[in-house]
Amino acid sequence: MVDVAFQPNRTAAAQSGRRRVGLRNALRRKSMSAFLMTLPLILLIAILVIYPAIYSLHLATLNKAMTKFVGFGNFEFLFKRETFWLVVKQSCIFAISAVVFKALIGFIVAHFVHNVPANKQRKWRGMLLVPWVIPPAMSTLAWLWLFDPSYSAFNYTLSFFGIGPIPWTGDAMWARFSVILVNVWYGAPFFMIMYLAALKSVPEQLYEAAAIDGANWWQRIWYVTLPMMRNIIAITTLFSLIVTFANFDIVRILTAGGPLDHTHIFATWAFRVGIEGSDIPLGASVSLFMVPILAVAAIFILRDITKRGNES
Amino acid sequence: MSRKKLSRREFVAATALSSAALITAPYVRGAYAAGKLSMGFWDHWVPGANSASTELVNEWAAKEKVEVQIDYITSQGNKNLVTIAAEAQAKSGHDIFQMPTWWPQANAELLEPVNDIMEPLIKLNGDVNGTVKYLGQADGKWLGVPASVGSQIKGPCSRIDLMKKYANIDVQEMYPAGSPPKADNWTLDTFLKAAEACHKAGFPFGIGLGETSDSVDTAGAIFQSFGAQLVDAKGNLTVKTDAVRQSLDFYKKLLAFLPPDVSAWDDASNNKWLVAGKGAMIMNPPSAWAVAKRDAPQVAEQCWTHGFPAGPKGRFAPYLPFFWSIWSFSKNKEAAKSLLSFLSQPASIEKMVVASGGYDLPAYEKLTTLKVWEEIGPPKGTLYHYPNPYKHQTLSIAASPAPPKVAQQIYFQATLTKMCLRYYQGEGMEKTLAWAEGECEGFMRS
Repeated sequence: MVDVAFQPNRTAAAQSGRRRVGLRNALRRKSMSAFLMTLPLILLIAILVIYPAIYSLHLATLNKAMTKFVGFGNFEFLFKRETFWLVVKQSCIFAISAVVFKALIGFIVAHFVHNVPANKQRKWRGMLLVPWVIPPAMSTLAWLWLFDPSYSAFNYTLSFFGIGPIPWTGDAMWARFSVILVNVWYGAPFFMIMYLAALKSVPEQLYEAAAIDGANWWQRIWYVTLPMMRNIIAITTLFSLIVTFANFDIVRILTAGGPLDHTHIFATWAFRVGIEGSDIPLGASVSLFMVPILAVAAIFILRDITKRGNES
Repeated sequence: MSRKKLSRREFVAATALSSAALITAPYVRGAYAAGKLSMGFWDHWVPGANSASTELVNEWAAKEKVEVQIDYITSQGNKNLVTIAAEAQAKSGHDIFQMPTWWPQANAELLEPVNDIMEPLIKLNGDVNGTVKYLGQADGKWLGVPASVGSQIKGPCSRIDLMKKYANIDVQEMYPAGSPPKADNWTLDTFLKAAEACHKAGFPFGIGLGETSDSVDTAGAIFQSFGAQLVDAKGNLTVKTDAVRQSLDFYKKLLAFLPPDVSAWDDASNNKWLVAGKGAMIMNPPSAWAVAKRDAPQVAEQCWTHGFPAGPKGRFAPYLPFFWSIWSFSKNKEAAKSLLSFLSQPASIEKMVVASGGYDLPAYEKLTTLKVWEEIGPPKGTLYHYPNPYKHQTLSIAASPAPPKVAQQIYFQATLTKMCLRYYQGEGMEKTLAWAEGECEGFMRS
């Protein structure tokens, strides 16, 4: 008598059993269930972000009639255009100055709100977030009326003090100032709320220790608050830089890139060239030009954060 | 149970009878026997104007047994342009799309030729103007049927009282309702003197110098009045010419008499200027007058739409037509052509023009004297000369006669108004011309 009869299916059954157990174990793992739960979102991002990104790369390599592959021909063409370099310069001025002012105002206002008694803070936070929660296409329309060339409410008010009229959107410098101002107004609350959260997480003992050491107001900010907020400042700046570089609605509504193209940024010029001028490959190339600029910024900022993370 | 067996003869007879019955029976069409048809029409500014189009389409659909779907797509925020670009990329979407000015040319390779319906329509309604041919034809192929809906002339809309009082010009006498214009003296020189007088009186002409369509259209007509072209019909650069220099000099003089902020004006600014009673003239289709009729009737009563001033090379007025085009990927091209033919019958066109309060302009020469323009007011006859009934001005579009794909770039990059502004702000003439030449060179890429 043999103990074990030959069973040809036994190995396969054992394997499938092992597989079932393996699958069960995999499903039991937290990382696996987390992955499965985020899968719909990953697929959505793939469809709505990755596919258009690849498609725009493809478009950027075609000629104007979209019948021929031209490689980097569109970029070579752009590099020879005076207006393109004006747009690059303006996009940098717009994004950097807007982010700096947003960060500065956000930091100051966050301190004010932090020092408001706790029971009144919610009210202030809510009010200060209003610019950020209104869709910018709507709020910019209100700004457009305030800056209106002929009926500006600002100019009307300033006229009582003998000032103006100021060509808010008619003069290159003022138009740049106006679009940056609206962007700062819209984006500063985001910085404020992020910085407020960061301020609340700074341990009170550090300030107490600093006070015992005789640190003044400025020294407390410089040696305690800022180092503790460094990572959140970096992440917020990076995020805001990306969003501000890619801005479209504020400039489009307020100045449409004028006067004399002096407020065009990448997105508005890409729209002008690609959609209004029916040169979609060139429009795609203009918008893709943002990628290397933002990638360099992202690498530097994220590297700094990782370095600090490792140090700590 | 008995069961009768079918003989071979009976089977053959029955088959023959049923075949004959089927062949001779009348053809009964189902509710939507001729399939489906979808169309993307421009969403009209004038309230109620869309309903005339809807009624006409439904009337045709009921007769032809076609299931129709109309989407009215606004041009606010250029939504129609974005939709055209998306449908052209996807090669899918509506069967018919109402395209503005340059878009049939921009999508020429993707459009069904409509010569077979255009030829009978021209025989029926009269010839179309040169701008319609320039924008609607490529290599002898009609890219769309000119749509009366949305097509417009952006001519002067003057204040009768202010022009009479300050410029000593009686616009009603110059362009009398019901009879030909007596406008021989209405030249760019007279226009400039009138602009100066009205400016001095505190009612400057409201002519924009921004980067949007209204500003570009006026500049285009003035440049053409001097015979100035940046690129000629063959695609040669013609920026550095005396005609262009004269145009820039003229604009420099004119700008001194316009409101100081015109470089920031958009397409709404001139309308507001007129409705607010701040100026003696704007260049616009009658939409501004229509708004004034509702919001400022005392202003509307003093408005008179008329022809452009003539320059050394003739009298040109900006004309912006729309086209109904059929995508080559449409699955029901025959039905689409049948509908476009129906919408272009004189009765259909008149119905749409009336619904738009005279705003819409048919492209055909026999249809520029409809009653609506004679009767509408106040003041009665204010739109009589709007459709150019005596053909005393050439209807044109800015940047023509450059090859349309180059002209589209000149138009949307607002090269003409930018040149005027640069020169006005103190840049040297030759530097401005060199800049414009560089821009136009870039627009010629293929």
